[in-house]
Amino acid sequence: MSDFETVAATENQAARRGPSGEPGTPNQIGAPQKPRSLAGDAWRDLRRKPIFWISLVLVVIFTLMAVAPGVFTANDPRDCLLSRQHAGPSGGAIFGYDFQGCDTYSRAVYGTRASLLVGALAALGTGLIALVVGMLAGYFGRWVDAVLSRVIDVVLGIPLLLAAIVLLKRVSSDSQTARIAAVIFVLAILGWTTAARVVRSSVITAKEQDYVAAARMLGAGNGRIMWRHILPNSLAPAIVVLTIALGSFIAAEATLSFLGIGLKAPTISWGQDIDTGRIHMREAATPLIVPSAFLALTVLAFIMLGDAIRDAFDPKLR
Amino acid sequence: MFRYILRRLLQMVLAFFGTTLIVYALMFAGQGDPIQALAGERPVTAAQRAYLTEKYHLDATGVGGFFYRYFDYVRSLLQGDLGQSLTGRQIGDILQAAWPVTLKLALIALAVAILVGVTAGVVAGIRRASIFDNSTLVLTLLVLGIPTIVLAPLAQYFLGVKWQLFPPTAGSQPTFYALLLPGIVLGSLSLATALRLTRTSVAENLRADYVRTARSKGLVKRRIVTVHVLRNSLIPVITFLGVELGNLMSGAIITEGVFNIPGVGFNLFRGIRTEDGPLVVGIVSVLVVVYLVSNLVVDVLYAVLDPRIRYE
Repeated sequence: MSDFETVAATENQAARRGPSGEPGTPNQIGAPQKPRSLAGDAWRDLRRKPIFWISLVLVVIFTLMAVAPGVFTANDPRDCLLSRQHAGPSGGAIFGYDFQGCDTYSRAVYGTRASLLVGALAALGTGLIALVVGMLAGYFGRWVDAVLSRVIDVVLGIPLLLAAIVLLKRVSSDSQTARIAAVIFVLAILGWTTAARVVRSSVITAKEQDYVAAARMLGAGNGRIMWRHILPNSLAPAIVVLTIALGSFIAAEATLSFLGIGLKAPTISWGQDIDTGRIHMREAATPLIVPSAFLALTVLAFIMLGDAIRDAFDPKLR
Repeated sequence: MFRYILRRLLQMVLAFFGTTLIVYALMFAGQGDPIQALAGERPVTAAQRAYLTEKYHLDATGVGGFFYRYFDYVRSLLQGDLGQSLTGRQIGDILQAAWPVTLKLALIALAVAILVGVTAGVVAGIRRASIFDNSTLVLTLLVLGIPTIVLAPLAQYFLGVKWQLFPPTAGSQPTFYALLLPGIVLGSLSLATALRLTRTSVAENLRADYVRTARSKGLVKRRIVTVHVLRNSLIPVITFLGVELGNLMSGAIITEGVFNIPGVGFNLFRGIRTEDGPLVVGIVSVLVVVYLVSNLVVDVLYAVLDPRIRYE
């Protein structure tokens, strides 16, 4: 969560000064090719990285799982029979049954949807807030920048988990949609600061470019310059930050559900299942290990994907 | 420097009021009848009601009344009076019993982070791109990516229950041995970050001019690393670990809850479980203050420690 964001920030600097690629990277000077773009270079770089492919495959699998869980398991996650409490694997239930007699694997598969939904929508909300704030602060500068930067500082100073606990304790509704919306809202309004700083700095760089001056000379207004010229150029770094943030939002949602203030039954979420699995770990460990593995793999996949893309797009690393 | 400290202080004051205002508004504003909530199921006489209304200024409505009660809350918070939990215990007493345990746990976590993280970081920084370096990078990425709610129960299961290397839970009077595994789990995140920070700054300082000078003077590598490089490399690590101590004290909710350690985080964990509103608010308010103050101290320390950094 916020921990990870500071890590990501330090890592960002670390990556810049880190090992400068493999020494034997061919430059292909003089090769009869069309000039390569930054994206092209980044793609060539990414293609050779196993960590990129592993995380991409994981992300695709989990996305499919969220969209169509029925493809991965034939069992109903809510079909629970106490008579088969902690029973071993049988039928489609390859990891056996949990405390309530539900199919452990099936519950983990169906839990993907809530996690990815919260992660993706929180990242989207974060992205929107960050784009607006970062764009205004970076483009207008002066007092707008001063005020918005202080706001960012203050929000950054609020510990995410503690604030989320207070905010979510206030939500008394038990309807599934209301709880999911509340978790997304809380994560988005507390987690946008890092992305806003990234957008702000890339906007500041972009607005000094010649094409912005040219557009202004041609009579384009502030709105048009921001929308058509600066936004497309500051989007890429924001997307990379948000990919990593998506992973940490999923972890944050699971933590809140684990504590019992995030998503609640009947929504199936990994955090809750880890909590019940943890309580009964002496009788059976698979109901703890399976959702834990799903959660860890998902979070890792997004973080590694974002990390790999960021490294590839960083020209200073070459 | 002075202006920087002043600005940082102002920022902290803003953040303090911002956070406590949010905490207060969410927990107390717009709730039902606080006097009836205090009395529970029993009836409240008119005299009692009038007395309590007078005492807590509940008759003042609107924005003025809200802020009056908010400042009342802040005042008692600053005086250390946190009120009672729903079970009737003074929250101040609960925290007083819990702090030493939490502090002990945080110190163990910090010791683990320093001993393992900094040592491995120095080695990785010196031997850049070696097998050791690459494997620590992958390992730290794993540690940073795996959430505590996965790490803590799994460590408890495998190391505590299955292989029985450590006691799986700590009791009401936890021994050092019982706190060791939770400390390692809690410290693993700081360990990974400290390792990466040390590695980066050692590797960077090894390329600096003063190292080349030292080498051309004929100093042995050992002396260059321990005296010249390490001293400069550890500045960011020390400040990071300072921030971390604040984080560790406020961030042990999951670890203390899982390992049953009677610290501050555990009480918060239990407060959330038992829907004990006043306890949650009391602890969160104190933790927010701890977090803000430790961040401030470290930022100022950073400016003092590293004269190369200029703040306007």
